Amino acid sequence: MEWQAPAIVLDARPLGESGAVVSLLTEAHGRHAGLARAGTSRAQASLWQRGNLVEVRWVARLPDQLGSLTGELVHPAAALAMEDPLALALLSAACAVADGALPEREAHPRSFQGLLSLIARLPGGAAPLLPDYIRWEAELLAELGYGLDLGRCAVTGGTEDLVWVSPRTGRAVSAAAGEPWAARLLPLPGLLLGQGGAVGPSGPAEWLAGLRLTGHFLGKDAFGHQHKPLPAARERLFDRVAALAGADPVPAERGSDA
Amino acid sequence: MIEHDPVEHLIGLLAKLPGLGRRSARRAVLRMLMQPEQAMLPLAAALRDAAAAVRRCRLCGNLDARDPCGICRDPNRDHGVICVVEGVAELWALERAHAHRGLYHVLGGTLSALGGIGPEDLAVQPLLARIAEGGVEEVILALPATVDGATTAHYLTDRLKPAGVPVTRLAQGVPMGGALDVLDEGTLAAALKARRAV
Repeated sequence: MEWQAPAIVLDARPLGESGAVVSLLTEAHGRHAGLARAGTSRAQASLWQRGNLVEVRWVARLPDQLGSLTGELVHPAAALAMEDPLALALLSAACAVADGALPEREAHPRSFQGLLSLIARLPGGAAPLLPDYIRWEAELLAELGYGLDLGRCAVTGGTEDLVWVSPRTGRAVSAAAGEPWAARLLPLPGLLLGQGGAVGPSGPAEWLAGLRLTGHFLGKDAFGHQHKPLPAARERLFDRVAALAGADPVPAERGSDA
Repeated sequence: MIEHDPVEHLIGLLAKLPGLGRRSARRAVLRMLMQPEQAMLPLAAALRDAAAAVRRCRLCGNLDARDPCGICRDPNRDHGVICVVEGVAELWALERAHAHRGLYHVLGGTLSALGGIGPEDLAVQPLLARIAEGGVEEVILALPATVDGATTAHYLTDRLKPAGVPVTRLAQGVPMGGALDVLDEGTLAAALKARRAV
């Protein structure tokens, strides 16, 4: 058994003195692990850094074995993001979310393409990518079967003035219909409305609302169903954006559960 | 019942150490057994003495027979500069280079989202306490050039900002004697990004 494909490094855990069990995201094979011999050695440690795009070759005798990995660096995303705290937080959060939420060896090409696009554009600055990152998380939720229904109001069926989301059902609620329960609903940022991000410019307050919204459903559904908390890297991204917005950082999973 | 074999037991214990497999451990044990008076008993005594005497320095986290350690007690060192390192191995590496004449602070790891290591697992509070005592003019972050190392450096920079102490970090780039064509792409990218005017 063997395959070769471009892959994004999601995690590399040391094994023994110099080996590493590497978790990757590929387009055709989904999240896939493998053993990189000497993966933590001086020669290879920089290759298996989280976020790097690597041309990977996986070989195993049987398909259900862990298999061994060799790779060649295509895009050093980790090295390029290290100087910028927000870029590094975004890269770490995306890899941690994909690694924790996506099932192993199940192809999710849209999640791969979305993450690839984020990584490719990261050297240009992390802040303009935050709306796309939030949309990528919403897309990931949809791919996992926990999609948000933001097209129409859950109460009136209207499509106008949608400003809230029910934290229980993930359905949008209009301003008028949601007013009596405003304290228990999650704000719906405009960046999650419209097609392909065809909305106006957004700022830290909107990004924070978006991260709180997707973080709530990632924590409740994608991670909650596995009895796992949201990854610490995702929380650190939230805290960093909260600092940008000048808000008190409140972990996303502490949202209302109405 | 399996009979206790002291030689196999010794080989097993040595083979658990980094850099030694069973084959190397067997060779080392054989050499010691050939000359127990010269090679084995002094080693056993040295191991016992080190285990009894060496402890963690309460100030910096270094391993030393004295507490505070020799570095923290040295009056000739610059007590206004603290170099933050991941572990004792990194502290010893910097000492071998004779490049830093200040003090150290051993964090005990780096933040690792996937490894489950959070700020509370690291010696961050003792570092903040040392800085709060006053007299610190610079904090050097000598952390690994990895995603976890850089994440920890950014976290510490944020935490140290209110103290008003200048925070610097080690440069990244081309190693001494390193030809560009054999460098990995990540190091080259970091070096190019951190280029400076000459």
